[in-house]
Amino acid sequence: MKLELRFFASLREGLGLSSESIAIPSEVKSIADLRRHLIQRGNPWAEVLASSKVIRCALNQEMVSDSTSLVEGAEIAFFPPVTGG
Amino acid sequence: MQNDFIRIQEADFDLTTEVKALRKGDPRVGAVVTFLGTVRDMNDGSQVQGMTLEHYPGMTEKSLEEIIMQARSRWDIYKTIVIHRVGPLLPEDQIVLVAVTSAHRGEAFSACEFIMDYLKTAAPFWKKEETPEGSKWVDARVTDDTAMARWS
Repeated sequence: MKLELRFFASLREGLGLSSESIAIPSEVKSIADLRRHLIQRGNPWAEVLASSKVIRCALNQEMVSDSTSLVEGAEIAFFPPVTGG
Repeated sequence: MQNDFIRIQEADFDLTTEVKALRKGDPRVGAVVTFLGTVRDMNDGSQVQGMTLEHYPGMTEKSLEEIIMQARSRWDIYKTIVIHRVGPLLPEDQIVLVAVTSAHRGEAFSACEFIMDYLKTAAPFWKKEETPEGSKWVDARVTDDTAMARWS
C-alpha cells in the first residue's frame, strides 16, 4: 500500500522531514501499525514517535484514532497536540 | 450568499473592518460577538519574545469548517468569520479573531465561545515561542481539553 506521510511542528523538526512517500508491507493495517513500523527504522524515528509521546494523527486531513485502518493512497499526518488560538 | 468566512494569513487584520463587512446588508442581525486573541509576553513562567505559528494547510480550513458547522447545528446564528494568523508574531500582536452574528446575544455568545474552544483543541496550529532560554514548542494545555469537554 502506498501512503503520503506528513509531519508537523516538533515532529517535523525532530525528523528533519516534512513529508515522505512510502510503500508499506501488507501487515501494516492501522495507524498504530504504521507508527510501530516507522519506529522500527531506529533513530530519529524511534525517539520522535516513541509510544510514550502523545501524538495526534490525521487521515486525509481528518483527525483519527490509533485503531483507524489505513487506505490506499491516503495522506497520513503525524503531529503533536495542537496549540493554536 | 456566503455565510462563513475562514482566513489563514500572515497579515494583520482590523476588527472594525471585519465586523462591518460581516453584518453589512444583514438587518436580521441584533448581536455581534467577537473574540480577539493576542500574544502574551509570558507563558508558563517564561518570558516570550516572539513566536512562530505553523499550521497544516488544507486540514486547517477543513477543521474550521467542521467546527462552524457544529456551531450552526447548535445555535441559530447568521454569519461567522474566523481569521487565524500564521508565521512570525510578537507580543501584543493579534493572533485570532472569531466573530459571530445572530438575532440575539445569547446564541452569538455561546457560538463564539464554542468555536474558540474547539479551535484550541481541534484545529491544526502549533506555536513555537522564542524565550531567553531558547525557542520551544508550546505544550497543549489540559484546561483547553476541559473547556472543550463541557460542550459535549
